[in-house]
Amino acid sequence: MVLMGMVLIAIFADNLAPYDPNAINAAYARGRPQPPTAEHWFGTDNYGRDYLSRALMGVRVSLFVGVAAVLFQLVIGVSVGAISGYFGGWVDNLLMRITDVFLSIPGFFLLLIVSGIFGGTLLTLVLLIGALNWMTVARLLRAEFLSLKEREFMVAARCIGVPAWRQVIHHLLPNALAPIIVAATLSVPYAILTESALSFLGRGVPPPHASLGTMLEGAQQWLRTAWWMWVVPGAIISLIVLSFNFVGDGLRDALDPQLHR
Amino acid sequence: MGRYVTRRLIQAVPLLVAISIIVFAIIEAAPGDAAQMYIDPDKGSDPQYLEQVRESLGLNRPVYVRYWAWLSRTLQGDLGFSFRTRRPVSLEIGDRLPNTLLLGGVSLLMSVVIAIPIGIISALKRYSLLDYVLSTLSLVGISVPVFWVALLLLQVFAIRLNWLPGVGMHSVREQYEGWAAVVDVIRHTILPATVLSLAQTASWSRYQRSALLEVLGQDYIRTARAKGLREWRVIGVHALRNALIPTITLIGLSVPSIVTGAFITETIFGWPGMGRLGVDAINGRDYPIIMAVTMLSALLIVLGNLLADIAYAWADPRIRYD
Repeated sequence: MVLMGMVLIAIFADNLAPYDPNAINAAYARGRPQPPTAEHWFGTDNYGRDYLSRALMGVRVSLFVGVAAVLFQLVIGVSVGAISGYFGGWVDNLLMRITDVFLSIPGFFLLLIVSGIFGGTLLTLVLLIGALNWMTVARLLRAEFLSLKEREFMVAARCIGVPAWRQVIHHLLPNALAPIIVAATLSVPYAILTESALSFLGRGVPPPHASLGTMLEGAQQWLRTAWWMWVVPGAIISLIVLSFNFVGDGLRDALDPQLHR
Repeated sequence: MGRYVTRRLIQAVPLLVAISIIVFAIIEAAPGDAAQMYIDPDKGSDPQYLEQVRESLGLNRPVYVRYWAWLSRTLQGDLGFSFRTRRPVSLEIGDRLPNTLLLGGVSLLMSVVIAIPIGIISALKRYSLLDYVLSTLSLVGISVPVFWVALLLLQVFAIRLNWLPGVGMHSVREQYEGWAAVVDVIRHTILPATVLSLAQTASWSRYQRSALLEVLGQDYIRTARAKGLREWRVIGVHALRNALIPTITLIGLSVPSIVTGAFITETIFGWPGMGRLGVDAINGRDYPIIMAVTMLSALLIVLGNLLADIAYAWADPRIRYD
C-alpha cells in the first residue's frame, strides 16, 4: 500500500509538487529554514525552497536509483550466474573467483572513492551501486542451475537436442525465478540506503537535485533549530525501505516451498 | 583444520592482489594531477617546480612500475607516506585502528547481548503480541538509515538532554587522569556504538528467531521432550546449541557491514578511527592512505569470512573441512 503510494508519488512528483522544488525564495527564508505553515506543509529550507516539493522529488530520485541499480545488478548477476551454472568447468571456476573478489571488496568505501574522485551523476551512481552488488544474485542463480541441470526434464531436453540458449531461457531461468525475485526485492532497500548514505556524505546525487540523502546532508547544520529539515527526509527513506522489506519478506514466505511444511 | 586454514589463507593472497589492482587502477584513472594539491602557491605553476613535486611524490613513473613498487614496499611492511601530513601511513593507521576496533568491538558485543535473547524470546513466544512487537521493531531496525538514527540520537541525547557527549572520543575541555579518563571514553563510545550496532542487532535477532524455530521442529527435540526432559533443558541445551550455529556464522559475515558502518558513523560522531581517516583521505585525495584503508578493510572482510567458516565447523561437529 505504502509502496504503491510511493511509486505513484515518484511518477507524478511533477504534478503533485505545489512549488518548483529548486526555486529559491530568499525573501521568504531570510537565510534561515522556515517552519511548516499552511502554504508550506513541511516548511522550507534555508534558501526558501519548499520542503514538500523537494521531498516529493526526492522520493522519485531515491526510488529511481534503487530500482535502476537493482535492474542493472540483475543483468550482471543473472548473466554471470547463468553462464557459471550452465557451463560449469573452468568458466564456472573463473567466474566464481571473480565473484569472490567482488565479495571481499569494501564496496561502500570503493563507492566513496569513485564518486569522490570522479564526481557522480545519477547514472554513474546507478551503475556503480549495481556493479558492486550483483554477487548474491549470481551465486543464487548458479546454485539453482546446478541442481536444476540434473533434473529429468533437463536431461530430456539435452537428449532431444534443445539448443543451449533455449535450455537456459525457456527451461532453466523460469524455474529459478522465485529466489531471484525475492533477492531483487530485498536489494532495492539496500540500494536506496546506499544512495542516501552516499548523498549524506556529500558524494551522491549532485546538487541542486533533491534526493532524500542530500536533503539530510543539508539539514545537518540546522539540527538544533529546524527539526523538520531532518525528520521529514529520514522518515520518508525509512518508510520506503520498510515497505520494500515487508514486500520482500512476504514474497519470500509466499514463494519459498520450504516454509509450507 | 590447520591445513584448511592454511589453504584458505593462501587463497586469500590472489584475492587481495586483485582488489589492490582494481583500487590502484581506479585511483590511476582519476582526472587531474595529484601533484597540483601539494604545490606551494607562491611558486605557482612553474613547470619545473611542478615536475620536481611529481618527482618527489613518485608520480612521474609509469603505472605498472608504481604498482610494483607499491606492492613490494607494502609486502615489506612499508606503506609509504601520507600526501597530506607527510607522516608514515603505518603511523596514521596505527593511531586510528585501535579506536575503530574499540568501537566495532563494543558494538558487536552490544549486538550479541541484545539480539540473541530477543530472537530466542520471539521464537519461544511465536505469534504472541510480544513476538509481533519485537519482529516489527527488528524490521524497522533494518529499514532506518544508520546516519538518520545517528542524527536522531545526537539531537535527543547530546543536544537536547545533554546526557552524553556527541563528538569525538575524549573531552576537549577537561583533562582526565586514570579511571576518570576511562569513564570519559566509555561515555563517548555509547552513542556511536549504539548506532553501529542497531542494524546488526535487528538483523541478527531475525535470524536467531528463524533458526530456533527451525530447530524446534526437528525430530531430536521431539525425542528430548518424549524422554521427559524438563522444558528448560530441551530449549537451553538441545535446541539452543544448534540454533546458535547460524548466528555465529553471521557474526563473521557481518564484518563488511561493520566496516561500512564505521565510515558513516565515525564521520558523523567525529570518532578518530580508520573510517573517518578514509573519508578524509578521499576528500584530500591522499592516495597512500586510501590504498591502505581499502586494503585493510578488504583484509578484515577476508578474515571475517574465514573466521565465520572456522566458527561454523567448531560449533557444528557434523561439518568437517580438510
